[in-house]
Amino acid sequence: MALRSVRHYPSFFSIAMLCLIILYAPLIVVMVYSFNDSPSITNWGGLSLRWYFDVFTGPEAPRFRAAAWNSLTIAVLAATIATAIATAAALAMLRAGKFKGRSLTFALINLPLMVPEIVIAVATLIFFTMIGFTTGYLTILIAHITFCIPFAYLPIAARLQGIDGSYEAAARDLYATRAQSFWLVLLPLMAPGVISGYLLAFIISLDDFIITNFVKGAGMETLPTAIFGSVKQGIKPNIMAISTLMLGVSILFVTLSYLINRKGRQSP
Amino acid sequence: MAGAAPDSGTSAETTYRSARVPLLLPTWLVIGIFLILPVALMAVYSFLTKEMRGGVIWEFSLAAYDQFFINRGLFGDEPPSLEWTYISVFGRSIAQAATATTLCLLIGFPTAWFIATRPPATRGVWLFLITVPYWVNLLIRTVSLRFLIRENGPLNDALLGTGLISEPLAMINTNFAVQLGLFYSYLPFMVLPIYAAVERYNFTLSEAAADLYASRWVILREIVLPIVKPGIIAGCLLVFIPSMGAFLAPNLLGGAKNFMIGSLIEEQFKRSLGNWPFGAAVSMILMSLVLILLMLYARSMAKTEAR
Repeated sequence: MALRSVRHYPSFFSIAMLCLIILYAPLIVVMVYSFNDSPSITNWGGLSLRWYFDVFTGPEAPRFRAAAWNSLTIAVLAATIATAIATAAALAMLRAGKFKGRSLTFALINLPLMVPEIVIAVATLIFFTMIGFTTGYLTILIAHITFCIPFAYLPIAARLQGIDGSYEAAARDLYATRAQSFWLVLLPLMAPGVISGYLLAFIISLDDFIITNFVKGAGMETLPTAIFGSVKQGIKPNIMAISTLMLGVSILFVTLSYLINRKGRQSP
Repeated sequence: MAGAAPDSGTSAETTYRSARVPLLLPTWLVIGIFLILPVALMAVYSFLTKEMRGGVIWEFSLAAYDQFFINRGLFGDEPPSLEWTYISVFGRSIAQAATATTLCLLIGFPTAWFIATRPPATRGVWLFLITVPYWVNLLIRTVSLRFLIRENGPLNDALLGTGLISEPLAMINTNFAVQLGLFYSYLPFMVLPIYAAVERYNFTLSEAAADLYASRWVILREIVLPIVKPGIIAGCLLVFIPSMGAFLAPNLLGGAKNFMIGSLIEEQFKRSLGNWPFGAAVSMILMSLVLILLMLYARSMAKTEAR
């Protein structure tokens, strides 16, 4: 009985439920209204998929399609490059002994998390303007790679830390070269962390609004900046359809990362 | 440098010692060139002269900081006094961030505690439910909140329907909406670190205290809170820091009066009517505040560990 009472506090359950309601109510409402068969966002006109068709074929479709393509390719490239950089960094931080500058490097990796986003946005804009580099796509990509590094690094390093050195030692004892023991032994063991890092970096890049908005230049749009531009003129039903689609993508990613982590915990 | 370097035995901890520099070089270069250098340039920009069409003239000037802190009257001929306009924007942002942090803590701690005391199977489901909004685009979440609380929105409809109110509440474009938006945006950031701390908490400590006739609330205050404090502080920082520089919540939920630091900075870089040195100076001041906070945090953590 004592065990129960020190773990359970009255009203904590209600507060936890309240927390879920707060987090989900706005999302569920938008999801429901995205299926509304009415051009007005206030009145309910029955169920329909018309706003989803509108997203893909309506007057704004070309703009959204271009923005989605930019968002997607930037997220894939930024996540891939940031994950590669972060994996290399994790090896050096955790499998290269102690060295001078290790804690400084650790601070460097985490710096993008510590500087407020809007400050990174301003600094990056000033930098690209000063070197006369205002192409849009490339500036967004570079900025995204930079702030994705810590997001990729953290799960990779956490995973690598948990892998016992004996696996690699065994491989080396059996005359595997360092490269072979990395590709055949260490990397497969690290895979859940690497994939988690990749997914996290991908979603962070896909979500970014503030930094992209500063460095994108005229005429260049990603999905968030395109949505922001539309919303400034009022919320239209097609925005709710796009939001619901993006919501679906996020849920898919969390589920994937959750499943991979669970599988990772079962294997060594 | 090459692979021929003698390995110290077969210890995996030092396998990549000889490759340390090439492995770290990409990180150093990318963060050095595309983050540290830009921040340094921003610091330089804050001491330059503004150009009328946006951008700068390379001439040293304290005008940006002068504009921030010192009031010389409309025509610049009055005796200088402290300028309150921008300091009050900072004050309001800090107050709103602090309120959001408090609200997140009040809801987040019981939620994190509740999740950490579930049996492992249901715990996973709860964690999943808290993590999903954490991964959903912040812009979409903010737009959704705007949709929910607007004048003719579903929340007002529901409240009217229950008869609790007789006319729609004017929630949108108010300070309340911004406050709600910050709370809503960063709530998951509070729950997750506190959960991580509570999950590691050794409940036999609570049981021992209970055996010695401590009440549950005394146990919570005297035993649990000091132990899970690092998680609580981490959660508070994760809410407070982005709240202070928030752009989307004030921009999409607040009106023209509910200006925060983020909007103040953004305005300085809008084509043609901006003031780049001033925007850089405001960014510098914001960044300094945040770094001071983080340094205090690091010092308090070091002290806790030393104890």
